[in-house]
This record gives sequence, structure tokens and C-alpha cells, in this order.
Amino acid sequence: MAKSIDVSDLNIYYGDFLAVEGVNITIPAKSVTAFIGPSGCGKSTFLRSLNRMHEVIKGAHVEGKVLVDGTDLYAPDMDPVNVRRLIGMVFQRPNPFPTMSIYDNVLAGQKLNSKKMKKSESDDTVERALRQAGLWAEVKDRLSRPGSGLSGGQQQRLCIARAVAVQPEILLMDEPCSALDPISTSVIEDLIHELKTEYTIVIVTHNMQQAARVSDDTAFFNLAGVGQPGKLVESGRTEKIFSNPDNPATESYIQGRFG
Amino acid sequence: MSSTTEREKQAPRPVRRPGDRIFEGLSTSAGILILLTLLGVAIFLTLEGLPGITASADEIGGKTGGKGFFAYVWPLVFGTVWAAVIALLIAVPVAIGVALYISHYAPRRLSATLGYVIDLLAAVPSVVYGLWGLLFLSRELAPFYQWLADNLGFIPFFAGNPSGGVSANSILTASLVLAVMVLPIITAICREIFLQTPRLHEEAALALGATRWEMVRMSVFPYARSGIVSASMLGLGRALGETMAVAMVLSASGIVTFNLIGSTNPSTIAANIALQFPEAFGTFTNVLIATGLVLFVITFAANFAARAIVERRKDFSGAN
Repeated sequence: MAKSIDVSDLNIYYGDFLAVEGVNITIPAKSVTAFIGPSGCGKSTFLRSLNRMHEVIKGAHVEGKVLVDGTDLYAPDMDPVNVRRLIGMVFQRPNPFPTMSIYDNVLAGQKLNSKKMKKSESDDTVERALRQAGLWAEVKDRLSRPGSGLSGGQQQRLCIARAVAVQPEILLMDEPCSALDPISTSVIEDLIHELKTEYTIVIVTHNMQQAARVSDDTAFFNLAGVGQPGKLVESGRTEKIFSNPDNPATESYIQGRFG
Repeated sequence: MSSTTEREKQAPRPVRRPGDRIFEGLSTSAGILILLTLLGVAIFLTLEGLPGITASADEIGGKTGGKGFFAYVWPLVFGTVWAAVIALLIAVPVAIGVALYISHYAPRRLSATLGYVIDLLAAVPSVVYGLWGLLFLSRELAPFYQWLADNLGFIPFFAGNPSGGVSANSILTASLVLAVMVLPIITAICREIFLQTPRLHEEAALALGATRWEMVRMSVFPYARSGIVSASMLGLGRALGETMAVAMVLSASGIVTFNLIGSTNPSTIAANIALQFPEAFGTFTNVLIATGLVLFVITFAANFAARAIVERRKDFSGAN
């Protein structure tokens, strides 16, 4: 189910503006890959290009290839809607649908696939997804309450449950802990460890300790200056990037000299 | 008790700047003024209307066709609500569609122009709508009504006249004119609310693989539901009270019928007052004012109902 991602010579544009330039990276299946780098270096933009969410902004387009197990996400006949059904996403701030109950939130993606499900089937899906997100014990008695009544950390895990309910091949996380307190953050980090046995996970983080804690591979993004496109500086095993990076810029960023 | 007073004495008086005091006074008096005005209207309607409500049919005279107040007002209430509801049924879907097009589909430049044009509709005086409905719309609609009567005549709504013909000065024409008149306010409010949908919710839907329309259904409509209800109720309020356009378009006779395209139609309270008041005297004047009181109450009830609908789903409203 989990798949690897191969990106070759990817340029990402917003209109005429080149936001990210020349990315080549392979993201292995069933592992956690972290993107780190200073603000505005294009790591979020690059993450969003992996499920074509950046196209929400008018004029956004790419050159190059993103292959998921050999299938080009940007092939002319590829519908971005289908891409997003295969590649789930968790956002910076928890965004459960406020008008839906916890139960319906988990099933939101399922409903889009317009599969008619029996009540018992939906119940099973909800329980499985909530268990995977480590939220089942906390919410099993109030599944019909609105999702917005949960705490921030619980809401974020609800969003993870919503994303994994459709059993995607890849899970993208855009700074999933940046709006959470340290305890909720550590719950989510543990969760990421468990989820990688089933999913390919890509996570953007501002927090280098977090990258070191959760990821198997790390990619460092940087930009040469204001108005310049962001670039992938180097990527590799997390231990290597953090202990013995090839590029001096990576080393200074990791040691906190800028960013 | 004594401890409270002591504490009050000890507590330092908060500093009150003159600007704060002036503005607080201004806004408080503005709020009170609104309440007083409303109260004044209610008192006037009640005092002047009561003699009309209590008077017997004989006392009122021939103007009501020999009916007492309640027999007289019932067809008017029916006509008022019926015309307004049809107008809303036509206007709300169109308004939501237009608002959605402006907020989520149209290219930016077009959406600005379109919004401006819709707002202009609100600036047209109602007497102009009346003329348009009377001289243009009813003439253009006549063949369509005939078609309705010929093909769908078995539905009571489209029965037409007993003799077989149809009338274009019917309640459906009046409702269509009303629909055009309430469209701008409903559209404008819906557009504002659709635009306020949090981007987070829209992206949540899109990231799950929602198409544009599914995204609208999952995130925009639920977020906007209470706003759509409020907008519709504002439209309803306007449709209930609209006078001139209805008075000009509708050929009214005080009956109760669901027939939409016949030549005998129930009148509306506001239009009836406008048409009858110039020739009214004595107790009949009180009767007309009492019908105004009824309209006042209906409008209030509609607004309270809207509040209740919005309140009922508060937990799920997206405001928390």
C-alpha cells in the first residue's frame, strides 16, 4: 500500500515566479522523511506539490516529474482530485469540519469516494481510523459531538484519523505540531512512529529536534536570498544530516547559526 | 452586605476617559432610540387598531364586504405570506447560485462587476419594479402561463381561471417581481459569508480529494448555513412588507386560493393598505391599521423563527 516518491528536476512556479528550483529527491516507502529549512525556503510549497494542493493558488504550476511508484502525478490525464484521494494531508492548524460530528469528520473522505457503506462498515472504519490516530479511547463515547469541541491536540489527531480513514498511500504533514503544546506534540510524534509501519510519511517541520526525533531521512531546503527560488540543499539519512552534513550551510542551520 | 459596600468603597474607581464616556453615551442612546421607535410604532398600531379589531361587521360598514375584522384580515394574511414564500422559493436558490459564482467560481474582475450590478438592483425604487412588472413582465409571461395551464392544469397551483384562460396580473407575477427585489440583499449577504469561509476548511476538503463542488458542499455551505437563513429572513421581511410593486401588479380580490395564475388573487396586507387607505374613513381606518399590526406581528414571528433556527445548531455552527 505505501509507496515511494521519486522527484526529478522539479521547478514550482506561482505565475511567473519561480518558488522552488531543481528538486531531485527520492522518498522511500514506509519511512518518515522530514523537510527542514528556514522560513520561505519552499519546503511547504514543495510538500504541497506532492499532492498538487499548491494548485489551489491560481497560476501555480510545475515543470519536472513527481513519480509515485512510477506513476507521474503531473501526467496530462491525471486529475488532481484523484491524486489527493491517494495522498492524504494534515495541516499546520487542526481543521476538522466544525459542522460535522467526530464520526462524520472521520468519514468525510469516504463520503467523497461516494462508496455506499453499511452502518457496520462505517462503524468499523471510524473505529480503525480513530485507533490508528490514538484517539479512540478519548472520543468513543462522544462520536456524535462536534469535532470542534475537542482540544487542539485531539483535533489534530482527528484530522490524522480523517486522513488515514481513506487508507491513502502517502501521508503529508505540514508542520502538524506547530500549533500544539509540548504534550500533544509528543503524542503526535509517537503516533508518527506507529503510522510509518503502514504509510509513507513526509513531514515539514520548523523544529529541528522534532526532525531528529521522528524522521529516518531528512532534506534541508534553503534559499540564496530574498526573491531567489528555494532549493534542496542536501538530503540523506537523518543521522548523517545531523552529525556529518556534506554542505556547510546545512551544518550552520542545524547548529542554529541562522534560520 | 456590609462587606460588599466596604469593598465597593475600597475599590479604586476605574479611570474613565471623556472620549469613552461620550462614545458610550452616544451608542447607548442610539440603541435606546431604536427600541423607543419600535415601541412607539407598536403602541400606535395597537391603540389605533384595537377599535377596528373589536368592531362588529355592521360598525365597520360596507368597505370590508360585510365581514368582521378577522374574516377580513385572514385572506390578506394568507396572501402576504403566500406571495412572500413563493418569492423566497424563487429568489433564495438563485441568490445562493449567484453568490457562489461570485465568491468561488468567477474570475476576480468579473466577480467584482457582477457584485456591483447585483447591488444596483437594490437601488431601483419599488415603484419602478411595479411599472416593469405591470407593463412588461406580465405581458411577457402570459403565453408561459397559458402553457402552464394547458399542460400542468391538473396541479391546483396552475389551474388558471375557471373559464379556461389565465391572468398575468396574478400572484405568481407579483412574487416574481418580489423575488427580483429581494435578490440583491440575499445575494449580498450570502456572498459575504461564502467569502468568509475559513481557508483551512476549504483546504481540508480539497486535500481529501473533493472536487470544487464537493468542497463547497463540505465546507462552504455548512459554514454559511446560519448566514443563509438570516439572509433569507431579511429577504422575507422585505417581501412581506413590500407595498408598491405588489399593489401595482396584482389584480386582487379578497379570497384565499392556491391558484398561482388565475385572475382572482388574495391581496397582501401592505398592498391592501396602500390601495384602500386614501378612501378610508371612520372605523375602516382602524381596521386597516389593525391589519398593519398583524403584519408587524408576522414579521416579528418570522425573525424569531430565524433566530431559533440559527440557535438550534449553535454547537455545530463553526463559530467555536
